[in-house]
Amino acid sequence: MSEHSTSRAVYFLTFGALMVLTAATVIVATFDLGWANDVVAMAIAVTKALLVLWFFMHLRYSTRVTVLTAVAGFFWLAILIFLTMNDYATRETLFPFPGK
Amino acid sequence: MSTRSIEPAAVALAPGTGGGHDHPSLQHHFDNLEQQKEASTLGMWLFLVTEIMFFGGLFTTYVVYRSSWPREFMAASSTLDWKLGAFNTAVLILSSLTMALAIWAAQVNRRKQVVFYLIATMILGLVFLGVKAVEYADKFEHHHVPGPNFVWSEDAHGEGGHAAAAPTPEQAAFAHHVEIFFSLYFIMTGLHAVHMICGIGVLAFLLVPSWKGRYNSAYHNPLECTGLYWHFVDIVWIFLFPLLYLLGAHAT
Repeated sequence: MSEHSTSRAVYFLTFGALMVLTAATVIVATFDLGWANDVVAMAIAVTKALLVLWFFMHLRYSTRVTVLTAVAGFFWLAILIFLTMNDYATRETLFPFPGK
Repeated sequence: MSTRSIEPAAVALAPGTGGGHDHPSLQHHFDNLEQQKEASTLGMWLFLVTEIMFFGGLFTTYVVYRSSWPREFMAASSTLDWKLGAFNTAVLILSSLTMALAIWAAQVNRRKQVVFYLIATMILGLVFLGVKAVEYADKFEHHHVPGPNFVWSEDAHGEGGHAAAAPTPEQAAFAHHVEIFFSLYFIMTGLHAVHMICGIGVLAFLLVPSWKGRYNSAYHNPLECTGLYWHFVDIVWIFLFPLLYLLGAHAT
């Protein structure tokens, strides 16, 4: 798809957004928000990853089969983490250790 | 997209109908440059999917242990210098920009700028690794490297190896779980650093063909695929930075 040459402005804007988000995640991390620290940090990290995928990695110009491949990769990663924690996080709730 | 990727045979056989059928960079088993590019991009993405699962196993391990010992992980994380981590994050994001600009330069046929941006990307990668080396040296100095010489004391963060009293079982367990954080820190950042070294190596291979003008608006697949790899390694760091460095940033 050589006919798609993104203008440089898009790349500079993406870079600027990534730097602002990096500053935001550092500032938020210096406050003790309890469990919200993790939620905010991961929300910002996912946003940054999406910016890189969409603009720097040209997913917006890619064929549907390429986008599907990328989505499948992250989808399987989600299965890996979700099902593993489904086990670890509920073990003691469902099967309490005797004598505890 | 799908209609363009599989062209009718009549179009593919007709000479001089565009699509670069006579281009020297077109491999004989592809109909045209467009199809060749889509094939290489898809192939690169399939490789990146295996990389997602490769790092994904480590991220899953992190989530499991972190949820088991949140206090220990926070205490261990607070010994990392988040300022160096933030600096390295900025360096990597800037290197992703120069990598994207190298491909842009090829698309608009600016041969010298391709070389310039590739060298800039490599230098930024080396700066990242340099900072990482300083951080690793600091960890060795403070005995925070997992293994027989690992030392953890609540007060001095393992400054000296001469503990006055023997640790209680609770303290020993705490120290052991802190050691697990450092195991994950070294394997995750270490694997990431190995990927950076590989990326810099691949970029070095692209320099001479770039200088010779091999990559231009019609053909730049090697630049594109290397860019995909470089940006992927950037994404891994985007997640490592908050999980390892920022976790304990408010604990100190």
